[in-house]
Amino acid sequence: MSNEKLKLKFKNGIKDGLPIGLGYLSVSFAFGVQASILGIPAFMSLFISMTNLTSAGQLAGLTIIAGLGTILEMVLAQLVINARYFLMSLTLSQKLDNSFSTKNRFFFSAFITDEIFAIASAKHGLINKKYFYGLIILPYVGWSLGTILGALAGSQLPLQITNALGIALYAMFIAIIIPPSISLKGVLPAVLIAAGLSCAMYYIPIFDGLNNGFKYIICAVLSALITAYFFPIDNKEEQDEN
Amino acid sequence: MDLGRMTLMILVMAGITYVIRMIPLVFFRKKIHSKYILSVLYYIPYAVLSAMTFPYILYSTGNTPQSFYTAIIGTVVAIIASISKRSLLTVAILSCLAVLIASFIIV
Repeated sequence: MSNEKLKLKFKNGIKDGLPIGLGYLSVSFAFGVQASILGIPAFMSLFISMTNLTSAGQLAGLTIIAGLGTILEMVLAQLVINARYFLMSLTLSQKLDNSFSTKNRFFFSAFITDEIFAIASAKHGLINKKYFYGLIILPYVGWSLGTILGALAGSQLPLQITNALGIALYAMFIAIIIPPSISLKGVLPAVLIAAGLSCAMYYIPIFDGLNNGFKYIICAVLSALITAYFFPIDNKEEQDEN
Repeated sequence: MDLGRMTLMILVMAGITYVIRMIPLVFFRKKIHSKYILSVLYYIPYAVLSAMTFPYILYSTGNTPQSFYTAIIGTVVAIIASISKRSLLTVAILSCLAVLIASFIIV
């Protein structure tokens, strides 16, 4: 199984990263526009994107900065909204082969986003360092470039355009979850349960006090716990490598 | 707005985000063997993305009165494009275009 030819290469990573990078370009463009509307200087928006690389967290952070919130508020909001990365990172820790040194792990940690994670974790078998380098480059460039372009274009764009850009990120999420829902056993129930729980928490007023980040985690963990019980994966394939 | 304070806030934001991502990847090296836990971890990404998408996608296209309807159209287009196995980028573009076109039609 550990045949050289089967190994993922740098260029495989680039290829997988390209659509993410282009998708990020449009999403971060929307972020840049929003930041400029809130009065954040363009270079600060770029600084946020280059150091954070996360959509939901940045959006919340932006609101807190623009609203002159406290540091504590920022810490709590980021902890909650980004807690999902903890789970993703934990999942990914099971996917890395032994080409990753500790230094590499410190480095790559900064680039775990929903999409990079989804692509990397959906790969068959373990992933190596070269592939991961290829995978993260274009998303990072796209995210930064889109932000600065959006921040500079700012509020000059017509409302219809900025509104239409708002759906880009979600459309990409749909494109990530639907194909495996059709082809892999158990994914569809996981997706449907999570969506159902999430809608319930959104529309039932008891949950109104709960931050969105918390809601995501609760829904996702419950859904995964239930789905894993009824559709345990065949972990033989997971152990094939190594 | 005070740039120094803004910088501080951004650094706090980045620091927290980084630490959350870094701790499991750097400090968790053991291979998990429990079939149940592996299964849970396997389903987590799909569940997270699904929970983040629904129902929020329906409110993602602004807050004009017709936004909800343009979002529904964008969502349907994204789902159909995904079922027909278009790439992430194509799905995102088609969905945005659908919303844009719909926003001119629905008044």
